[in-house]
Amino acid sequence: MLVSILRQGSYLIASIHEALNDREIVQFQQDLVEQIGTDRARGVIIDVAALDVMDSFGSRTLLNLAHAARLRGAETVIVGIQPTVAFAMVRLGMGLDNVHTALDLEEGLAYLQRLLQQQPDHQTRHGAS
Amino acid sequence: METRTPDEVPVVQEAREEDLELLPELVTHLRDRRTELREQWANRITNAHLLSAMTEEEIFSMATSVYDSYVEVLETGSVEALQAYARDLSERIIPRGVETYEVVGIVLLLRDVLARSLFEKYQKDFELLNRVLDAYEPAANRIANTVAVSFVRERERIIRQQQDAIRELSTPVLQVRERILILPIIGILDEQRANQFTEQLLAGIRSHRAKVVVIDITGVPDVDSEVANHLVQAVDASRLMGASVILTGLSPEIAQTLVTIGVELGKMNTVGDLQGGVEEAERLLGFRVTKTDPADNHLH
Repeated sequence: MLVSILRQGSYLIASIHEALNDREIVQFQQDLVEQIGTDRARGVIIDVAALDVMDSFGSRTLLNLAHAARLRGAETVIVGIQPTVAFAMVRLGMGLDNVHTALDLEEGLAYLQRLLQQQPDHQTRHGAS
Repeated sequence: METRTPDEVPVVQEAREEDLELLPELVTHLRDRRTELREQWANRITNAHLLSAMTEEEIFSMATSVYDSYVEVLETGSVEALQAYARDLSERIIPRGVETYEVVGIVLLLRDVLARSLFEKYQKDFELLNRVLDAYEPAANRIANTVAVSFVRERERIIRQQQDAIRELSTPVLQVRERILILPIIGILDEQRANQFTEQLLAGIRSHRAKVVVIDITGVPDVDSEVANHLVQAVDASRLMGASVILTGLSPEIAQTLVTIGVELGKMNTVGDLQGGVEEAERLLGFRVTKTDPADNHLH
């Protein structure tokens, strides 16, 4: 399995285990955006710690994924970018603007927790006393 | 192209075979008059104010060693011993500020002293003097070359060594508080150092699990668009790893230069000085520093 998408509370944790080709990454994008709806996820963490290269198509797809996820009501955090990958991406001018990044899974979860606490909790039913 | 080991100094000028036969005679002459010539040479060095960083005794002992190796080179044609001695000597005198012109100067003085003594000895027979000089000059030039090259190489080696040392020392990654790092940059940030700096920064973020990094550029003398670009890259890469960067220590001059050359540092978080940067970092992470009355401590 190249990618695993696990559900943890109202978050989805997608771990990419090995380098994906263009077709696989598009498939992954579709699966994840689909699953955000079915699981009613409010946050998505994409863990790329296993990747030691990231090409421009990959980073653009991640960017699109994050934007699509936001439209489906979930915030995306990309975690685990390796130092060498980060350096290479910056040098090739592939920033991940407008997407939140965090050091690792733990940090990503903490960030989502903080972010979603600030928003009004939509699971509270109105009228319940 | 002929191959040679990097230590070897190429021979510029070769003596003719028949002239080389005269070298043993020459060597004997120089051996016989060693004390006198050596002293003449040492006097000339002092009069020319060369090697002023060395004492007279040091000059004399150096003169003895060089004189003997000099004659040995003439005798054997092998410069290895002289080369080793020159390297060793250079290592000792370079830290004391001896300059290249001084080293070249003393070797040329020795050549002159010896040449004069040859003139004196063979002045009656001009034909023979010419042949003696034909044998002597290539060897003497080779010796001068060897000593000068050894000195310069030694100097280059020391410079390289120091550059390496500076490179290693240059960017320490310091943790000041949990998840806050300080990286002071001292000196000129060229392409190579900038890359190395970014690598250290990213590795530091990883290993310390840093969330905020304060980069202090007080010690960077000159910031041009290239350096600014390196900094922007470092900041972007840090962000990809989930850490935010605060840039501190931009001097008024640097700030104005950056504005003039139109570098986009707008997305960077900048604070005037290191203290302000650390305070800002603490604020971002929710640390609060409170000052207690020192008198309270004495009550308990």
